Amino acid sequence: MATHVSEYLRLDKMPHIWCPGCGTGIILGAVVRAIAKLGYKRDDVVVVTGIGCSSRTNAIIDFNTFQTTHGRALSFATGFKMARPEMKVIVITGDGDGSGIGGNHLIHTARRNIDITTILVNNGIYGMTGGQYSPLTPRGCIASTAATGTMEPCFDMCELVKAAGATYVARGTAYHATMLEQLIAKALEHHGFSFVEGIAQCPIGFGRRNNQKTPVDMLNWQKDHAITIAAAAKASPEELAGKFLIGEFVNKEAPEFSDVYWEASRKAQQKVKEAR
Amino acid sequence: MGKYTIKVQPKWCKSCGVCVAFCPKQVLVLDDAGKASVQNLEACIGCRLCEIRCSDFAIEVGGENGE
Ligand SMILES: Cc1ncc(C[n+]2csc(CCOP(=O)(O)OP(=O)(O)O)c2C)c(N)n1
Ligand code: SF4
Ligand code: SF4
Ligand code: SF4
Repeated sequence: MATHVSEYLRLDKMPHIWCPGCGTGIILGAVVRAIAKLGYKRDDVVVVTGIGCSSRTNAIIDFNTFQTTHGRALSFATGFKMARPEMKVIVITGDGDGSGIGGNHLIHTARRNIDITTILVNNGIYGMTGGQYSPLTPRGCIASTAATGTMEPCFDMCELVKAAGATYVARGTAYHATMLEQLIAKALEHHGFSFVEGIAQCPIGFGRRNNQKTPVDMLNWQKDHAITIAAAAKASPEELAGKFLIGEFVNKEAPEFSDVYWEASRKAQQKVKEAR
Repeated sequence: MGKYTIKVQPKWCKSCGVCVAFCPKQVLVLDDAGKASVQNLEACIGCRLCEIRCSDFAIEVGGENGE
């Protein structure tokens, strides 16, 4: 059995709870393969999730894990990172969890540039509760709460966290799983707030209603609609119509929040000592 | 024998058909029980696309060097 499976998954939880062909499993595969390549020890990693199918990753992944309340994974993760800055802190969240109920936490965590890697599994729907539309459901798609199609535009999460101050931002898909693994590895090695959006299929909550009947149809949709940043730079407006970008959008350095905090704390203690 | 080995864990396989559909060499099929199985090992090029796109960690490709 491959190391990323035997070392980093709870084998007694297999087969896992996700539906056949669910994209979350492919994204989890990219996460554990990236960690295996980087050689992190299980005890050095904390994985924090919220609520949703994607957040159930924590029942399956075998690190220090903490499943928290809906949308609040980043707040708990911030607490961990501040208390134990030497730990690798990873948040796995869904589009509802991370951009809906937890959207405010996300922008402020990005603004602080705290060293947390966030993987947002974007299946464009509230999977666990029956396919209600989320802030990331593309306009016009059918959802259990949008019988004739959603009337709202959706967020571009990479643009949002970039504007908020994230220092590593990338997007991949379950179809392009090898590229996704590489982007996740770079995010994990980045010092600062890193964000990777993984476009994933939810055949049950999304595909069935939107003419993508099988997991294979949904993966083909990802293949046909994703375009790399490099290819997009050379493409005509016609070629770009209806496409979304994949690749690395931001990779820069800025002061990291827990570094700044502990340095200020050290200085304050020094001052107290000198005053005595 | 082919250069590669392919192991399927039938208990973990959920018959989604993804590995079969995207194998560039038509190595895999779903058997009568609906589980992924190897039909044409000789044609396998070891690309591992089946393994990395399996949501269920149910299929594993062994390398030329017996990894
Ligand atoms: C405070 C609160 N409100 C609502 C819910 C119900 N709820 C559970 S999962 C979920 C949606 C999760 O969607 P998403 O984050 O997109 O994850 P997915 O299931 O699609 O992976 C909701 C609304 C809850 N558990 N807690
Ligand atoms: S409902 Fe959707 S997201 Fe949830 S396990 Fe099933 S396919 Fe995956
Ligand atoms: S991709 Fe995995 S779960 Fe789906 S049929 Fe192949 S081995 Fe089975
Ligand atoms: S490794 Fe590649 S060629 Fe071999 S069975 Fe898997 S997808 Fe097909």
